[in-house]
Amino acid sequence: MSSTQSLPIDISGLCKSYGSFKALDDVSLNIAAGEFLTLLGPSGSGKTTLLMALAGFTRPDSGSIRFGDQEVIATPPNKRGLGMVFQSYALFPFMTVAENVAYPLKIRGISKSDQKTRAEHALDTCQLGGYGDRRINQLSGGQRQRVALARAMVFEPRIILMDEPLSALDKKLREHMQIELKALHQKLDATVVYVTHDQREALTMSDRIAVVNHGRIEQIDTPERLYRQPHSFFVADFVGESISLPVEVANDKAHLNGRLLKSGSTIAQGSGGHHLVIRPELLEVTSGAVPETANDLSGHVHDIIYQGESVLVIVKHDSVGEINVRVPANRAGQTGLPSKGERIGLALHPEDTIIVPEHAS
Amino acid sequence: MSAAEAYESAETLQNVSTLKSEERRERRTFLGLSIPAVLVIFVVVFLPVLWLSSLSFYNAAGELSMENYARIFESALYKRTFVVTFQISVAVTVICVLLGYPLCYWLTKVSDKTAAILMVFVLVPFWTSVLVRTYAWLVLLQRNGIINSSMMSMGIIDEPLQLAHNLTGSIIGMVHIMLPFLVLPLYATMRTVDTDLVRAAIGLGSSPRGAFWRVFFPMSLPGLFAGIVLVFILSLGFFVTPALLGGGRVQMLAQRIESTITVYSNWGAASALGVVLLLMALVVIWLMNRFFGLDKLFIR
Repeated sequence: MSSTQSLPIDISGLCKSYGSFKALDDVSLNIAAGEFLTLLGPSGSGKTTLLMALAGFTRPDSGSIRFGDQEVIATPPNKRGLGMVFQSYALFPFMTVAENVAYPLKIRGISKSDQKTRAEHALDTCQLGGYGDRRINQLSGGQRQRVALARAMVFEPRIILMDEPLSALDKKLREHMQIELKALHQKLDATVVYVTHDQREALTMSDRIAVVNHGRIEQIDTPERLYRQPHSFFVADFVGESISLPVEVANDKAHLNGRLLKSGSTIAQGSGGHHLVIRPELLEVTSGAVPETANDLSGHVHDIIYQGESVLVIVKHDSVGEINVRVPANRAGQTGLPSKGERIGLALHPEDTIIVPEHAS
Repeated sequence: MSAAEAYESAETLQNVSTLKSEERRERRTFLGLSIPAVLVIFVVVFLPVLWLSSLSFYNAAGELSMENYARIFESALYKRTFVVTFQISVAVTVICVLLGYPLCYWLTKVSDKTAAILMVFVLVPFWTSVLVRTYAWLVLLQRNGIINSSMMSMGIIDEPLQLAHNLTGSIIGMVHIMLPFLVLPLYATMRTVDTDLVRAAIGLGSSPRGAFWRVFFPMSLPGLFAGIVLVFILSLGFFVTPALLGGGRVQMLAQRIESTITVYSNWGAASALGVVLLLMALVVIWLMNRFFGLDKLFIR
């Protein structure tokens, strides 16, 4: 029954100010047809404003938004044909589950019998088959979220917008729903724009992630490139666990406390000082001396914190201060791990040595 | 069982009885706190109501009879009083809804600060004595009052309109006094409606007007019904405003009760009217609950 095709989204020069506050500062972004793109950023970064501009609820001051080759900047939200999922689920409490899901079909004047079969199909897809007659207040948080999803996809929209749809769920259910949503996206022929402040969620689900800060897009990349090759200190700090140390950069060489840092790639240019970003799980604990090819960050074990799947070792480095190392909690990770107060050899390999400017150029 | 174990189990038993008595004490405290209010309501509401309703079963000669009730259903005068009371109450309720609903909707659209200021305009009259407001309306509405004189000077009318001492005056005054009773519950309900719901409806394809009628309006109904019940029931028994602004030409139930006592000193007849008024109010509440499921509408 699917006859739709996902649409690309082209955003260019989008601006929106509230007084002197720039919520969107000349945002340009191309989203491919069928892509799962996440807008990731802290609260107040402008990611929700951008999503609401796409939906048509926020009127930008200037710029262009195109769905396919159609300019929609002045199109009212109800004429944009989008599927939407809200953080609060926004299910109609006086309607049953089936009535909620059939709502977009009813608005579109689809026959009663068609409404029924399509709503049932959508509920089946979201693993809620047989829940049609329930009332919304009889459902759990996860089930409500699925109803909201079913309602957003039932009319086969070519673009689906999601505003932090999983943030109200507990951690375990959230992680489960992330996988489920990803799988659902592969079944649907729709472009998904997803907003979250949870970097792990963004890494899990997205084809590409746009990191938003101060109304601008700091970096847009695949999860892996974003994690391993951040363009700025903000991205490096916001995505993933890390500690950072200031470094001096001269002639494309970085120095940490006067010692040359071996780095695998050229150092990104930008403004402000540079930082060495250390991901705790990328450091290697060495039993003997640190190999010549790696950067030596050895120090003394200050504390060992057991965190279930992994162990966090806090190391006091002689000159740069505290460095965190994460080692797996399995036997291999624990063999030869020094105890508190002992010396620990830490190697940071050149390909894991991330040096970023304060602000991307 | 060792000595230590025996000691431990005795201590556990001791704990159980201590916890039980704590629970009983807590329940007694709550009961004690509510008893004064319950007593006051019993003494000043239930006893007089019971006494008055018992009076309604005695005729003027002091004999037990249904005479008073029979007269209510036979006399054309009483019948007209009931009809007028109902007509005025319905008119006041309808006008309050027509004025109050858009006002509340607008209040939800403006900023919180503006809404707070506007609510003061609703509440200040609400806190002012009904008598004062009614006399104020009398001044405004009379033949050479400010409304008639300004409309005449603007050339809208040639002759002063008959605004006071009649049905129009009673309804204008009552609407003014009843409006806050509609606005307060309705606004409280409208504020709890999640704006995301309306957005969701629009985002999924509803026109703004469609989203209002299909989503916002049903969500505001519990508050609207609560307001309607309040206004209608208060109107049924309203006395001061129709008595003053009606100029004796409008006879509502409460005025009939008053004149039955002050003019005819017939406590039995007056009590019968009071009982019928009370029953009417209860029937209205029961009907509203029955057909609109007030309790069901509150489920979120």
